[in-house]
Amino acid sequence: GEHRSLLYAVVSTHSSGSSGINAEYGGYHHIFCSLLFLLQFVSKPTKTRERGSPSTNSTGTMDQISDGLDGKKNPFLDLDQDGEIMAMYIWIDGTGKQLRSKTRTLPYVKDPKPADMPVWDTDGRKTDVTMEQDEGEYSDIFLKPVAIFKDPFRRGDNILVLCETYSWDSPDLTKPHPTNKRALCAENMLKCAHEKPWFGIEQEYTMFDYTGKHPYGWPKNGYPGPQGPYYCGAGSDKVKGRKIVEGHYRACLYAGVKIAGSNAEVMPSQWEYQVGPCEGISMGDHLWVSRWILCRLAEEFNVVISFDPKPIPGDWNGAGCHTNISTEAMRQDGGYDKIIEAIKLMEKKPLEHIMEYDPTGGDDNRRRLTGQHETASIDEFSYGVAHRGASIRIPRQVDNDKKGYFEDRRPSSNADPYSVTNRIVMTICLGE
Amino acid sequence: GINAEYGGQGLRGKTKTMDGPINSVDELPVWNFDGSSTDQSDGENSDVYLKPVAIFRDPFRRGDNILVMCECYTFDDKPHPTNKRSECLSVMDRVAEEHPWFGIEQEYTLYESDGITPLGWPVNGFPGPQGPYYCAVGAQNVFGRKVVEAHYRACMFAGIRIAGSNAEVMPSQWEYQVGPCEGIDMGDHLWVSRWILCRVAEEFNVVVSFDPKPKAGEWNGAGCHTNISTLKMRQDGGMAHIITAIEKMSHKQREHIEEYDPKKGEDNTRRLTGRHETASIEQFSYGVAHRGASIRIPRQCDNDGKGYFEDRRPASNCDPYSVTSRIVRTICDLD
Repeated sequence: GEHRSLLYAVVSTHSSGSSGINAEYGGYHHIFCSLLFLLQFVSKPTKTRERGSPSTNSTGTMDQISDGLDGKKNPFLDLDQDGEIMAMYIWIDGTGKQLRSKTRTLPYVKDPKPADMPVWDTDGRKTDVTMEQDEGEYSDIFLKPVAIFKDPFRRGDNILVLCETYSWDSPDLTKPHPTNKRALCAENMLKCAHEKPWFGIEQEYTMFDYTGKHPYGWPKNGYPGPQGPYYCGAGSDKVKGRKIVEGHYRACLYAGVKIAGSNAEVMPSQWEYQVGPCEGISMGDHLWVSRWILCRLAEEFNVVISFDPKPIPGDWNGAGCHTNISTEAMRQDGGYDKIIEAIKLMEKKPLEHIMEYDPTGGDDNRRRLTGQHETASIDEFSYGVAHRGASIRIPRQVDNDKKGYFEDRRPSSNADPYSVTNRIVMTICLGE
Repeated sequence: GINAEYGGQGLRGKTKTMDGPINSVDELPVWNFDGSSTDQSDGENSDVYLKPVAIFRDPFRRGDNILVMCECYTFDDKPHPTNKRSECLSVMDRVAEEHPWFGIEQEYTLYESDGITPLGWPVNGFPGPQGPYYCAVGAQNVFGRKVVEAHYRACMFAGIRIAGSNAEVMPSQWEYQVGPCEGIDMGDHLWVSRWILCRVAEEFNVVVSFDPKPKAGEWNGAGCHTNISTLKMRQDGGMAHIITAIEKMSHKQREHIEEYDPKKGEDNTRRLTGRHETASIEQFSYGVAHRGASIRIPRQCDNDGKGYFEDRRPASNCDPYSVTSRIVRTICDLD
């Protein structure tokens, strides 16, 4: 047979496999990489796939649908835009789980700010499953720009514009839509701004094939081998979809999203990336835009991204949004006491937090937080140093330094980061 | 050159080499074509004239190459019966001081190259019900974005006033908006944008349908919602003029419906059912922010007391010359 060798090596500054973010004193953060040496022997040639035609790969899932491009670049995307830009307005819909977006042409503005962007509107009835058909007259929702990122798909001067939603009866934008979680979060972040709360979120997700029903790369009528070899793995029998992961990372860096790291996760076709450290309201902004970029990018590969916290029942890991938190006091010498204080405050409000840690008031998380697969049971609060079976984990390094941050492992992968970060500062900073 | 063929449903185009660059429509000669091949004349007296009326940059050939929108004229130099632009132009000329602006929201559906299966739909089946597709992101919700992105850029390059775009309620259905355009420009820009769309779709092996009800059942239809304003409507106190205009339109429901699709309302009967965000074809209604009405006044305009209004009745395959002409004739009291 044919042998191939694959050498994969990246410089490491910390031990591989660490998926946390270190919000260090002084504001520096390291970019985590993994060190892997791998020699991959392939005993038969990989099956060649004809570009541009529908086909199945060796695991029986469809990769590409013929689109007439035959793998070539879209030839129209470098056309001159004649002094105008395309702005992709992005908002979170009424379900709290799905992102929506639409484009408008705007005149070019150098270094655009949210305040420069016009308020837009949309038909809320089409994006909020709770609205009734006969509420035809009250369907308009206003979209207020709150954050701008560079558009990694359209490039040039084109931008992504993240928006908050406002009610039909609030053209002066004073009344947030009931499903707008950002407004309250922003208000509370302002109230505790002097504490300089920093966050880092570890976003896990699972790739599915284009049907959205079958995990990407899993065998057609069965399961892959049990968990074990996949976490931070390399090799086409261990990881699926790395193209998307690489593309997403670069797209986020380009866009200005604070992506800090990424790794393959325990379940095959599951991945994680980390965003942060972000101060205050920007955590939610950066995380939501990173999700949009991920789903949009996966379209190019005909892959569906699922943020479901327990996509496959049984002996397969769930997906979370472990949230790392620190205040300035925690980051300073002797900050460890502040960390314990904060955790004790959170210990008193387990239900209030669980309610905000997924979009269904805890129902989604119930499937995931079982006490197994590196989760704590949803019904019990616990914390410990280096303890991945606890609700809250204090990293070993922090325990050594006696300062730093802590990790709340409870938020689910489909949590709203505004709801999560808001709830946390309400508890540990605002005493609410 | 491009022209609009009989029935106003299909676009035709053919190429001519010229010394360039061309900066104005006046530099272009009249051309002609075989009308018997496009249902526009008999074989024995087949020549139909093409008179250039608008130029756009060619996003496919780039450089100095151009797209030339033309009107059709008969052998005896009269506007061809299928030429809706000529009459529209004379209407617009008559009301030029009112500065009528238009914006049209063109909806359309993408099909696989077989022209039968909507793009991305399962063969011999249906996708999940409407809900997740509108303005969506993700491979399970969105089909054909490549075409949409290419079309947008091509229109920008060409000089079409493309103002926005979004995925629509039915999967594989999309919308883009052109405007604001004053007077005759609306029809020119919209027709050329349609040509660019069909031509772009060729590159991706997909078919574009402008049919207003491509799928019967619980699937949205496709429209050409037409937004209108005159100078007076855009100024302070304009809401009074908006209401007056709408009331004039309320008296001519039948006359308008006849101009709002190429079959005098027959196509629209399948679409304007009173469901799926349409008003029934039989009844005229209007309201603020009301998407089930024939005419909608946007919430923002209601707040500002001025602006524009939206006629939601035109079908996706309407002729924008017919639509804009009919509206102006009604609201400016031309007939």
